[in-house]
Amino acid sequence: MREKPMRETTSVSVAIVGSGGAGALTTGNFVLEAASLAGWHGILTRTVGPQIRGGEAAALVRLATHPVECLSDRFDLLIAIDWLNASRFDAEIRLGPDSLVIGDPRGGEPPASIAASGARLINVPMKETAKALPEGRANMIALGIAMQLLGLSEDAMATVLERRLAEKGAAAIAASRTALRAGIDAARELALPVRLAPPGEIAGKRWLVTGNEATGLGAIRGGVRFAAAYPITPATEILEWLAPNLVKAGGVLLQAEDELASINMIIGASFGGTPSLTATSGPGLSLMIEALGLATAAEVPIVVVDVMRGGPSTGIPTKSEQADLNIAVYGFHGDAPHLVLAPQSVGDCLFTTQWAAYLAEALQAPAIVLSDQFMGQSRAAIARPADVAFIGQRRRATEIAAPYKRYALAGDGVSAMAIPGTPNGQYTADGLTHTERGIPTSRAEDHLAQLDKRRDKLARFAYGDHWATIEGDGDLAVLTWGSLTGAVREGLARARKDGVAARLVAPRLLYPTRPDEFAAALDGAKRLLVVEQTHSAQFHHYLRAHYDLPGEVRVLNRPGPLPISPGEIHRTVLEWRA
Amino acid sequence: MSTAEMRLACKPGDYKSDVQPVWCPGCGDYHVLMSFTRAFAALGLPPEKIAVISGIGCSSRIPAYTNCYGFHGVHGRSLALAAGLKVTRPDLTVVVASGDGDGYSIGGNHFLHACRRNIDMTYVVMDNRVYGMTKGQPSPTTEPDFDTALSPGGTGVRPFHPLVIALASGANFVARAFSGSPNETADILVEAIRHPGFSFIEILSPCVTFRPDEKEWKSMVRPAPVEATDDAARAARRLMTDDGFNIGVLYRGERRPFQPPFGRADADLTALETEFVL
Ligand SMILES: Cc1ncc(C[n+]2csc(CCOP(=O)(O)OP(=O)(O)O)c2C)c(N)n1
Ligand code: SF4
Ligand SMILES: [Mg+2]
Repeated sequence: MREKPMRETTSVSVAIVGSGGAGALTTGNFVLEAASLAGWHGILTRTVGPQIRGGEAAALVRLATHPVECLSDRFDLLIAIDWLNASRFDAEIRLGPDSLVIGDPRGGEPPASIAASGARLINVPMKETAKALPEGRANMIALGIAMQLLGLSEDAMATVLERRLAEKGAAAIAASRTALRAGIDAARELALPVRLAPPGEIAGKRWLVTGNEATGLGAIRGGVRFAAAYPITPATEILEWLAPNLVKAGGVLLQAEDELASINMIIGASFGGTPSLTATSGPGLSLMIEALGLATAAEVPIVVVDVMRGGPSTGIPTKSEQADLNIAVYGFHGDAPHLVLAPQSVGDCLFTTQWAAYLAEALQAPAIVLSDQFMGQSRAAIARPADVAFIGQRRRATEIAAPYKRYALAGDGVSAMAIPGTPNGQYTADGLTHTERGIPTSRAEDHLAQLDKRRDKLARFAYGDHWATIEGDGDLAVLTWGSLTGAVREGLARARKDGVAARLVAPRLLYPTRPDEFAAALDGAKRLLVVEQTHSAQFHHYLRAHYDLPGEVRVLNRPGPLPISPGEIHRTVLEWRA
Repeated sequence: MSTAEMRLACKPGDYKSDVQPVWCPGCGDYHVLMSFTRAFAALGLPPEKIAVISGIGCSSRIPAYTNCYGFHGVHGRSLALAAGLKVTRPDLTVVVASGDGDGYSIGGNHFLHACRRNIDMTYVVMDNRVYGMTKGQPSPTTEPDFDTALSPGGTGVRPFHPLVIALASGANFVARAFSGSPNETADILVEAIRHPGFSFIEILSPCVTFRPDEKEWKSMVRPAPVEATDDAARAARRLMTDDGFNIGVLYRGERRPFQPPFGRADADLTALETEFVL
């Protein structure tokens, strides 16, 4: 029944959906891991509904011959273990007439959008096939179908099963392999119109990691040895990863009663000399804001990771958005200079968190890391991130002759910090405006002197090239940030093939701003396209507030949870020919 | 002089800073400061090994008046800040100072969890049954008929019982003190600091400005008529029926303090990435 000849492609996308407990995410993860073992690159994004259990779940997997940091525009293959509640995220799984949809005749009715897309729908009795096998599970049949259609080898999948099902025992592995083969057999007569080109040579070590795990590792590499934790989707995995791994690294994690406690716990630990971090999402960040101001005023280094989700309020806890930019940059009361950084991909979560820990310590200031659900909960096959030398180390006062000036004004604004236990260094860290010695004061000149100190230490620091990703050239510049960087990069690469040059400017350091470097990055640019995942164009307003934007400016913004795809960026750029 | 001899020679004055308190003349908190410095001297602790942590309020100004390391944080969160400090620096002696507004109202949740967690620290609440710093509003321990601008005619809401709450929540040492008896208060502080786990001391500390009636407290307090118990239920029953002016140690528990384990500081960090390697 192979109607069309297969076209070779460098990227293929598959979505696996099912109701909660159907195992769609497991199937997706196995596909990603087997493909990665075979040498392809890939990314898996999970999208789940609001239910704790029993809700719908989808694994959105993209495999490619090149590194990928975002999903593609369309899915080539959709496998629905069942259709229960699948309509809740069908907008996130875009299909076209070339797409193939595999359903189960006993899995309920496919959403109307499937027929509307023109995709070819084929029914395979996954449940029935599974039932006929000992310990057979429909998601393993689905896995076999995916393997057959994507051209994944059984050897690689056998390795994955050995690794991931080891705890369940040999019988479970054997049952899965049997089901897998049944799935492969069921799909023998089927084919996708595209076939993924063979992977290139694998150079160097590769990792399979989520952004949240990479964030945790980046924290430890940056010197963090204490974390306080209050669970919140989609940040919890950072804390859960840190719990055992901090102990392995000589540190400790403490569960807090709420985010008011967690932020104050890390301030206390850092006051004691231990680089400290917490991770949360928008609602938790809101609770932490008062104490972030304290850390600014008392000059206590801390790192707060905000894995952004749809907001405001409880919003869409399981889905991505970039709408915490305003609160991270402007949320503090008073004039409170601090650091705001944003990783740009799953792998970059490691670097940016590590850098944030380094900067917080070097500058004795709080750093907010704005990750998001997309990066945080996506698992990607990536080249092992390079080791970097950013290890948090604050300037300490060790040999102290009284009277000790904790907030001394001389020099670069970073004053040596005495750690409890250090003789003659006793001082009281204070959120009250204070003198150089830390003594409360309400005099205008003392207030101004400390405000200047805290502003200048951040403004004068040499952040180096890491402050932004700047690529390409042309009079059109696309400005974006965070996890959209990958989609923009890919959209611009496609535009380049069409002969349209454009540059990418994505700040990793959002605060303090870098006016000179920004102006240099936009030198010669005449048209600016701002791309962001917010409803109110927060990034655009932020850029307008802090930077000169030359020429004509257009904005491509959309709230979560629908991602902005490389194809949309490609199209927008092509349509805006000079 | 050797360090040991220096320690022996510790005087209360060694624990006082040169910062001038903002307190009103006659405020009970001066005496609390006096008990702090006497207790620290009696324990012979080097001032740099003590951390005094507080929130916001008149009472919470105490850290800067000591010559110890201090943290004057945000309103109501001192116990959380202290928890982060103590679990990462178990070598320090951590004393937390708070007021009835700071500790029981805005910080009430942390109070429950600090008792439950039982980290080795001492928590002192200077209770004047009023918000002193913000000029006289009712707190969770204020009498229901106390007339204020914010609650004309009184709140009509009964106060709660922090000592009983502490017992129910798992505090390991519970005592009541009176600021006007700084020597007795210092003795209780010494015992509280030495006692493992979370020690809680309610110090009745009059606000002479907004609660001049509290000047009468010195004639109302008396030593608790019975010895401290190690039975939390009995201690709670005694507290529920006394008039709030029995002074002394009321409960000594034997729960093991909470200290999460640390790994080795020289661990090989490259091992952490092996789970990601394909
Ligand atoms: C978040 C916040 N809310 C309100 C205040 C204002 N405030 C300062 S002290 C205080 C009450 C202090 O009462 P208490 O803890 O009993 O201390 P006292 O002054 O009586 O010693 C309040 C409400 C504040 N500083 N921060
Ligand atoms: S207002 Fe009351 S509590 Fe505050 S310093 Fe004056 S007397 Fe003391
Ligand atoms: Mg009070």
